[in-house]
Order: sequence, then structure tokens, then C-alpha cells
Amino acid sequence: MKRSAPLVIVGAGPAGLAAAKTALDHGLPAVLLDEQPAAGGQIYRGVGEAGEGRRKVLGADYAKGADLLRVLADKGLDYRPGAEVWEMTREREIFFTRQGAVERLAADQLILCTGAIERPMPFPGWTLPGVMTCGAAQILLKTAGVYPRQDIVLAGSGPLLLLLATQLLATGAKIAALVETTPSENYKAALPYLPAALQAPDYIFKGLGFIRDLKRAGVPWHKSARELEALGDNAVLGLRFRDAAGIREVACGALLLHQGVVPNVQISRSLRLEHLWDPLQRCWRPKLDDWGLSEIPGVAVAGDGGGIVGAKASEAQGGLAALGALRRLGELDTAARDAKARSLQKDFRREVAPRRFLDALYRPSGAFLRPSDETIACRCEEVTAGRIREFVALGCLGPNQAKAFGRSGMGPCQGRVCGLLVSEIMADARGVSPDEVGYYRIRPPIKPVTLGEMASMAED
Amino acid sequence: MPSGSIFARLPEPDRRPVTLFFEGEPVGALQGDSVAAALLAAGKLTFRATPVGGAPRGPYCMMGVCFECLLEIDGVANRQGCMVQAADGMRVSRMLGARGLADSNGPAR
Ligand SMILES: Cc1cc2nc3c(=O)[nH]c(=O)nc-3n(C[C@H](O)[C@H](O)[C@H](O)COP(=O)(O)OP(=O)(O)OC[C@H]3O[C@@H](n4cnc5c(N)ncnc54)[C@H](O)[C@@H]3O)c2cc1C
Ligand code: FES
Repeated sequence: MKRSAPLVIVGAGPAGLAAAKTALDHGLPAVLLDEQPAAGGQIYRGVGEAGEGRRKVLGADYAKGADLLRVLADKGLDYRPGAEVWEMTREREIFFTRQGAVERLAADQLILCTGAIERPMPFPGWTLPGVMTCGAAQILLKTAGVYPRQDIVLAGSGPLLLLLATQLLATGAKIAALVETTPSENYKAALPYLPAALQAPDYIFKGLGFIRDLKRAGVPWHKSARELEALGDNAVLGLRFRDAAGIREVACGALLLHQGVVPNVQISRSLRLEHLWDPLQRCWRPKLDDWGLSEIPGVAVAGDGGGIVGAKASEAQGGLAALGALRRLGELDTAARDAKARSLQKDFRREVAPRRFLDALYRPSGAFLRPSDETIACRCEEVTAGRIREFVALGCLGPNQAKAFGRSGMGPCQGRVCGLLVSEIMADARGVSPDEVGYYRIRPPIKPVTLGEMASMAED
Repeated sequence: MPSGSIFARLPEPDRRPVTLFFEGEPVGALQGDSVAAALLAAGKLTFRATPVGGAPRGPYCMMGVCFECLLEIDGVANRQGCMVQAADGMRVSRMLGARGLADSNGPAR
């Protein structure tokens, strides 16, 4: 097995696949690693294997993702599915587990395309079995053809909430209620960004199409919902919330949550890259130049992992990051790189035109950023938001100290789920910006590695 | 489809059936399912109990992020059910309480 490569790409979603294609189009071989058994990333999960039925339910945008997979047939591509990357060094050495054995690779150029994760949506009862994210429900549908068939409540805010609702309707599933938490003031706040968003009108038309389909199907739709509480002891039995008409309860067996997506910064944080706080998207992203290059020479980030831009813009960024790598490897001169970049830059600008409108419209309500005292914030260690506020009162200044105060962020998920919550809660309690309290320090291994797997590395 | 599951499957007759064993009980699944997808489809929502409070938990993200789907699979503790493909004859059981994390076959940290 080769131990070094001129270009290694981590993540086979739109960004990683586009980066691979650009590299190969210029004769540069690439290694592409992804922990999933199949390529496509989150948006196009399982598209290569999905039969007619799944594609029909998931819609034309999903099916089109198959085009991106063509690059996998290219002889110059060394694609390794099922490769869980658990450590990366600033010297661009990559460690990953594949089929129970550890492999390592040194890269001249590295492009991180590890995408987004869903923003946590905490409220009392969000830890009950049967409560999962809308993305989780989509992954079930995309990879296994499995879907909840009845007694479904979808709660939260954002395009994915509406998209999943229409996909579930297409399966014939019965949706008991759509509980939208978008704060009413967001509509006014988003309005100034509407003209810019109309530069890429298809996003707006698609959204209007979802709304029309859901209304036509007669899905009960509650707006500006707040004070959410999931009911049940051993599994979810219902959702209680307040809307303009007062307190309501809807029975359900599947409660699907969504509150937008945020960059997956696990690797970029473990590399100790500088991260910038985005006050509109309420998350951090690594600091990058126009080619996605970070402050570490040869380490670039493309796609949603570098800041939420959406799938099409991620694709453009993947191409741009590959052009940057080609330039740094001496395969392209500056003029050639810039000439080839022009159409990608144009695509990128068009695709991000609606971003500010969407960010303002679907900005999470404060109740989900800084949940009530009784709500569990750190799911692994069962630490409530109230406990974290107590730590602050005792003089705890930031998330890393909070680990010592009460183990938040020290469970198996390594703070992936609670990281932003703990920063927001502590910042709010201290009356400062999340940027000031900072984020958990992420240390490798960022994925579980067993001693047996480690031993396999010593043997090879 | 076993009764009692709120989950259903799209008709996909081309996929090969596989059988795994959950807490000793046979669970029918299809090739390509993750272990977590197979169990959910069979109506099994609870995968583990928390080490601290013993609270029931099940899959939340299905993409390897939350670690709520931890199971013992073929004798190995603390495996992410959403990241492992279901296979014929696989023996799967819940991770209950402190045993889970104390036994640490989990993150080597
Ligand atoms: C659950 C979910 C569902 C979504 N569904 C939709 C949708 O239906 N429509 C839509 O428009 N947008 C959707 N989005 C948003 C969309 O996913 C992104 O805009 C787009 O996929 C970003 O592309 P990307 O290439 O940056 O990352 P992704 O497509 O997320 O790809 C990242 C890849 O990196 C891999 N990876 C991550 N960490 C590691 C690691 N440590 N080791 C190895 N591999 C790793 C992952 O397996 C994944 O395949 C969804 C987002 C999420 C989180
Ligand atoms: S369900 Fe979240 S890690 Fe498996």
C-alpha cells in the first residue's frame, strides 16, 4: 500500500468529488477517503445504490447527484470507502482505520471536505428514543429505504425540515404535525436579503413548491412554536409546545428535529487551525483564503466544513481548492489557475446568493442556542444547561474548564453535539460573545480506535 | 414488517435478506442496512442506557456524530450501530449503564 500521495482528499461529498475530478482532469492522481461505505456525502448519500423507488421518493435533485459519482471510475483515483480518519497532523500525515486495520498516508496537499453536521436542537425530552434529527430520517431513507410511516411530528426550522416532509409524503407516510419554530421576527429580518436571493431564484421557487405540496396534502402546520417538550418515559409519545393559540400536545412515535446545519470542525479543530465566529450562522468556521487554503501550508478546506454554503457552492469550492493545490504542486501556473477558476467563481457567487436570506430567515431561536436549565446540553454525560450555568457562577470561564467542573464534552461524542451549546450557554451567562469563551480543545483520535486496530499499525 | 414498528420499508425486492440477532432474538434486515437502520426498521428504538442515570437512548444522528447508537456487536463493546453494516448471523446487544464505558473498548483516549 502506498505511503505517500501528492493529493489526499478527505470526504466524498460534493466538495470532495468535485476536487477529485478537477485534479484528475489535470492529470494529477488523487486519494479519496470517506468513512461511509458509499460516496455522495450527506446530500447524495447512497445515490449510487438507490433503486428507482428511492430516487423517486427523494426527488430529482437527489437523483442528479449520481453525475458526481462518475469520477469514481477514473483510473487515476484511489478511492477508499470505509476509511475513518481519526488523526491528522500539521505535517499532513493522515491516520485512518479501514476494515479493522490502521493505515497511514503522507500527503503533499490535503483537501478536507468533511461537510456539515446538524445543529443540536435541545429541549426537555430531546434525548428520548424515537427523537432523531431530520437528517437521520433522510439517511434511513437514502441508505436503507426505511421511513417512519405514521405518527410523525417534524419540528424545527429550515429548508431540510420542509424537504424531508415532502419526501415522507411521497412515501405515503402520514405526518401528524409540522411544528415550525422559526421566530416570527425572522421574516422581517430576512426581507432585506430577498432581492439578492432572487439572483438564484430556483432556491426560492423550490421552497415555495414544498410549502404548496405540504398545504395541498393538508399537513397540520403550526407556526412560531416555542416551549417545546418531548413527552414519554422509555420512548417518545408526543410533543407539547406553545403557539399563538396556546399550549398544544400532538401524539407521535417519531419526532424529527431540525435546526439547520453547522460545519463539522472536528478535524480542523484538532489541527488547531484558527477558527472564526460567524454571528449570523452562530457557529465557527476555519479561516481560509480564496482557494480554501488554511494557515498550514498544503492544508485546504472545501465545502460546508469551511462554512455553510450548500451543496452546489461546495462543489464549486472543491474545484477551486483543487486548482489551488495544482498550482502549489507546480502543475499549473498562476495565470492558468486563475483562468480555470473564473467559471467556478461565477458558479460559487450565484449559488451563495440566497445564503444571507436563508441564514436570516432560519436563524435559530435563542431557546435552542441557550436552552432552559432543566434541558440536557451534553447528552453523553447528562449535563444540563443549568449545571453549566452553575459552573460559570463558580468561576468557570470556558468549555475546556467546564470539562473539569462536570465532564461536559468528555463522553464518546467528544463534544460534537454539545460543543456549540456549551459555548453559547457560557457566553450568555458571562455576558460576552461565544468567541471570547472559545470552543472545546479537540484532541485526536477524533474517532474511536481500538487497541487491536492500533496494534495492526505496529505490525505493518 | 413486524407489527409494532412505526417504520416501514420501500418495496425493494432486489435486496438480499440478512438475519442478525438482537438480544438473542432474530431480526430480519436487508443487505445494505446499517445495524442501526435494521434495528429501527424492526421497531427497536432503544440501543443503550446511559452510564450516569440509566436513561434509555437510541439513534439520534445516523451519521456517526452523536454516539447514541452504541451497541455490542459480535463481542466488541461500544460500536456505533449507524456506522456498521448489518451482516448475516451478527450478534448484537444493548450497552447498558456503566458497563458500557467502564469496559472501555471505546475511544482510546
Ligand atoms: C444529515 C444531512 C442531510 C442533508 N440533506 C440535504 C439535502 O437533502 N439537500 C440539500 O440540499 N442539502 C442537504 N444537506 C446539506 C448538504 O449535505 C451539504 O450542503 C453538502 O452535502 C455539503 O457537501 P460537502 O461535500 O461539503 O460535505 P458532505 O456532503 O457532508 O460530505 C462530507 C463527507 O465527509 C465524510 N467524513 C466526515 N468526517 C470524516 C472522517 N473523519 N473520516 C472520513 N470521512 C469523513 C462523510 O462521510 C461525508 O461523506 C444535508 C446535511 C446533513 C448533515
Ligand atoms: S446515531 Fe449518532 S452516532 Fe450513530
